[in-house]
Amino acid sequence: MMYPDLTIAETEKEIVEEFALFDSWDDKYEYIIDLGKKLPLLDPKYKVDENRVRGCQSSVWLVTNYRDGKLFYEADSDAMIVKGLISMLIRVLSGRTTDEIIEAKLDFIRGIGMTTHLAQTRSNGLLSMVKQMKHYALAYKIKDPVPSKN
Amino acid sequence: MNVSLTIPKPLDIIAIRQEFPILNREIKGKPLIYLDNAATSQKPQQVIDAIVHYYTNYNANIHRGIHTLAEEATAAFELTRDAVKSFIGAGSREEVIITKGTTESINLVAYSWGRKNIKAGDEIIISFMEHHSNIVPWQILCEEKNAVLKVIPINDKGELIIGEYEKMLGPKTKLVSIVHVSNALGTVNPVKQMIATAHAVGAVVVIDGAQSAVHLDIDVVDMDCDFFAFSAHKVYGPTGVGILYGKRALLDSMPPFQGGGEMIKEVSFQKTTYNDLPYKFEAGTPNIADVIAFRSALQFVKAIGKEKIRNHERELLEYAHQELEKIPGLKIIGKASEKVSVVSFVIDKAHPQDIGILLDNRGIAVRTGHHCAQPLMDRFAIPGTSRASFAVYNAKFEIDELVKGLQRVVKILS
Repeated sequence: MMYPDLTIAETEKEIVEEFALFDSWDDKYEYIIDLGKKLPLLDPKYKVDENRVRGCQSSVWLVTNYRDGKLFYEADSDAMIVKGLISMLIRVLSGRTTDEIIEAKLDFIRGIGMTTHLAQTRSNGLLSMVKQMKHYALAYKIKDPVPSKN
Repeated sequence: MNVSLTIPKPLDIIAIRQEFPILNREIKGKPLIYLDNAATSQKPQQVIDAIVHYYTNYNANIHRGIHTLAEEATAAFELTRDAVKSFIGAGSREEVIITKGTTESINLVAYSWGRKNIKAGDEIIISFMEHHSNIVPWQILCEEKNAVLKVIPINDKGELIIGEYEKMLGPKTKLVSIVHVSNALGTVNPVKQMIATAHAVGAVVVIDGAQSAVHLDIDVVDMDCDFFAFSAHKVYGPTGVGILYGKRALLDSMPPFQGGGEMIKEVSFQKTTYNDLPYKFEAGTPNIADVIAFRSALQFVKAIGKEKIRNHERELLEYAHQELEKIPGLKIIGKASEKVSVVSFVIDKAHPQDIGILLDNRGIAVRTGHHCAQPLMDRFAIPGTSRASFAVYNAKFEIDELVKGLQRVVKILS
């Protein structure tokens, strides 16, 4: 479990700055794919239907772990670009409190030009993943309204 | 001795491309390469002009008004019916029903003919390579009537196993509904032979011509199908227009599909008498502008000639097969000996969605996914494919760009 050093806003800013280094979408995609390849492998035992967020063309498996009032995500996808996008979402949201996750604006998705560049259907897939991650945060918040602090 | 040597002139692709204004578009800073023609073809200027001309000059509701605009609109609308009749070789114009697409045409048969004629225990035969729109209407019907849906298997090349089909046919077979050309594989099915064997057991045959109408010469009388369904938008025409051809005796015996205006003769609260064919099946105001413009699309195809278009597309298909197979890890799905204009493929370690996004980034439009044929994808144990499909305006340089794009995809993803 990695505890993030930066706040959500700082992490988002960092990602936007990283993307600003690339001139072309070809390079951006190459970077996203690289992030996807580097995403830690998900134990195959988690790749079951109940963890599956089904998109139109690709599948995503999303697993959560709630500890010390913080929510951690692990995920995998059969498609590499989606996997890279998940990797960024995990970098921003994993290891945060449920309140931080629920309130996260995630402006970086727009900031790196993803919403305008991805076709509507695929962009929706990304948004449904964000929704799913926030749903989990909400569910844990309801179960544990006053997070236990160590 | 007279020997006439006719060497067929190749198509003037540059001139043809100029008729399609959308081909001038840039996608993400690159010229559009449109290889998703099996989903829908682009429209030539004359089709676009016909729509504009209609709304600019003679927009009116058809078949009822006696004013000039209504008469002009009605005449133009009915000219499309005549053009379709000759396009598919139908015996009479009353056998040409105008719908909103192939899906609606098939649903019309399932709803109207099916509900009247299918009973518990009856069998309906479809195949493994059907589009969802030629699966689901029959599933709904079978569920409602307690009938049985049977599915013709296919071999590894993506061809129907005709021996298995013939074994399925029997006294319980009431209907066979088969795709003429597979949207996901490009396979051309031997429908004429299949229709004859189905008729031998007294079954009615529906042919889903969504993919075939634009590529093959269609002669519904020679084919002897009972119903033939296709869409205008895959034949260079507008969206929202479809055709259902049906043999007159069958259409006459069928109850209406939807109730409303246009399809009635007289209405009282005691009894309504239905209009004659084809209007009995055309309730409500149709998609007048697009139906009228469809005639321009048929004129476009006729002016070039289907055979010339087919030869051009065959050349592209052969070239695509040859070049794509050079890409390491690429496997073509569907290698039927009879196929048209579609090449579906998978690449090791490359998800179709990634391929689609990366090609789109180079301005190349292909279709990725299950192509609304999930059972077929399951048959090949793949989640989906990438599919390039060709039309009259495509050229070899576009296939070269596709290959270059895919080489890059392989490099990035491996």
